[in-house]
Amino acid sequence: MAHDLRGSSAVVGVGLAGCGEAHGKLPLDILAEATHNALDDAGLKLSDVDGIFTGSSYHFMPGLSTAEYLGIKPRFTDTTMVGGSSFVAHTLNAAMALKTGLCDVALVCYGSNQRTAGGKLATMSEQQIYEVPYKPRYPISSYALAAARHMHEYGTTREQMADVAVAARQWAKLNPSAFARDDLSREDVLNSRMISDPLSLLDCCLVTDGGGAVIMVPSERAKDFPNKPIYLLGTGTAQWHRQITQMPDLTTTAALDSGKRAFAMAGLTKDDVDVVELYDAFTINTILFLEDLGFCAKGEGGAFVADGNIAPGGGLPVNTNGGGLSCVHPGMYGIFILIEAIQQLRGDCGERQIADSEVALVNGNGGVLSSQVTSILGTEAVL
Amino acid sequence: MSSDNTENLGSGPDLTYQAHLNKKELFLPKCLVCNEFHFYPRVVCPHCGSFDLEWQALSGRGEVYSTTVIRRKPERGGNYNVCLVTLKEGPRMMSRIDGIPAEDVKIGDKVTASIINNDGECHVIFSPSQEA
Repeated sequence: MAHDLRGSSAVVGVGLAGCGEAHGKLPLDILAEATHNALDDAGLKLSDVDGIFTGSSYHFMPGLSTAEYLGIKPRFTDTTMVGGSSFVAHTLNAAMALKTGLCDVALVCYGSNQRTAGGKLATMSEQQIYEVPYKPRYPISSYALAAARHMHEYGTTREQMADVAVAARQWAKLNPSAFARDDLSREDVLNSRMISDPLSLLDCCLVTDGGGAVIMVPSERAKDFPNKPIYLLGTGTAQWHRQITQMPDLTTTAALDSGKRAFAMAGLTKDDVDVVELYDAFTINTILFLEDLGFCAKGEGGAFVADGNIAPGGGLPVNTNGGGLSCVHPGMYGIFILIEAIQQLRGDCGERQIADSEVALVNGNGGVLSSQVTSILGTEAVL
Repeated sequence: MSSDNTENLGSGPDLTYQAHLNKKELFLPKCLVCNEFHFYPRVVCPHCGSFDLEWQALSGRGEVYSTTVIRRKPERGGNYNVCLVTLKEGPRMMSRIDGIPAEDVKIGDKVTASIINNDGECHVIFSPSQEA
């Protein structure tokens, strides 16, 4: 029997704002502009929103700050904080709130001015007292340790990781909104400055500004809006650790569980997926998540991503907006993979559009490979 | 909290861990139910959920589980190593390998712990095991 939440809610509006550089804007300014764009897209007004789902590295009580700024008095607020994966997790909580009538119009939203505010990763994170004495660089060293272990166990190469960055750039070149659109070769990545071995500068995501917003409603109302509705078919969450020392096996992420949970709720398998949007904070992420989500066997991710297989024209379209590596990455990236998946399913992606996309998979990552949240979205054809 | 807890002030797992380090000893909580050590020290065994723990000494022997070189300009101190070491008894901790260049640390290297005092705070670091 289908899960109660399968297809029970739908996305009827998306908005982006300030992606790249948003000079002079504060995080909530950017969030509000993205919200404005999403509401316009859905044909709704701010006063229609009665559920807020948000996360922030700037606001200790982001639900309060966001609702106050927007001038709304939500009936339901959720600020689940699992790092960059939060906004993907919010889709599940929004679906629950919409299904049970706790709210009628859910706004999932985020904004950050990380780039123009100086490029430093904003964080309210507590210090990891058993790691800090050894001066790891956060978050890159944790991902570097995972990459080194994957290379050791499975023979994954820097060239294969570089191909992840090259594929992302090729997608970005098809996306007029992407931040980094210059030519990029495997050699460029390999020759870029080493930061924390084996990860070099071009193995790392961008630092940009940006905001995103997604409007969800109960599916019964989904056709009352101007856009083709995109249904939430399943979301699965999983978390196995907080700090990298506690990750049970550095080559396997909790996406192993979140993916299974999302597919189970959706009643679909990987073979049903037309387009894949993964949280690529670093090149190793894409490899790990493709393995853990079942698109290839454990250890074969390096070979899977090599030689253009996830680039335009390859075997599997992955990170079609250009990813965090080449499109946008303002501190937390989860909302942006969600929006790209929805736009692909709506058929709004222009040159980078994947023809006949009916099912999209999104995998959000939070912390240091800590939280994994997988969502599966689909058109009415797969409802 | 009730006054019953007064006697426990200052005896939490982090303080106990540090107190042992200050005596140049590497001790961690061991679960008396599942017999597993854990790191970082807690009041509950993360393997089985038992609260029945006892502090015991570790051998200080371990193996490099993963390693990275953090690149830093020479004038700011130069490159340094950050690694994860899996102790012979099971727990894994972040540390660094001293005594060899950061670039020469390899996954699988056998290492031995020592305790250093860094401005009054003691930390566990490792160096290549002699017999390895």
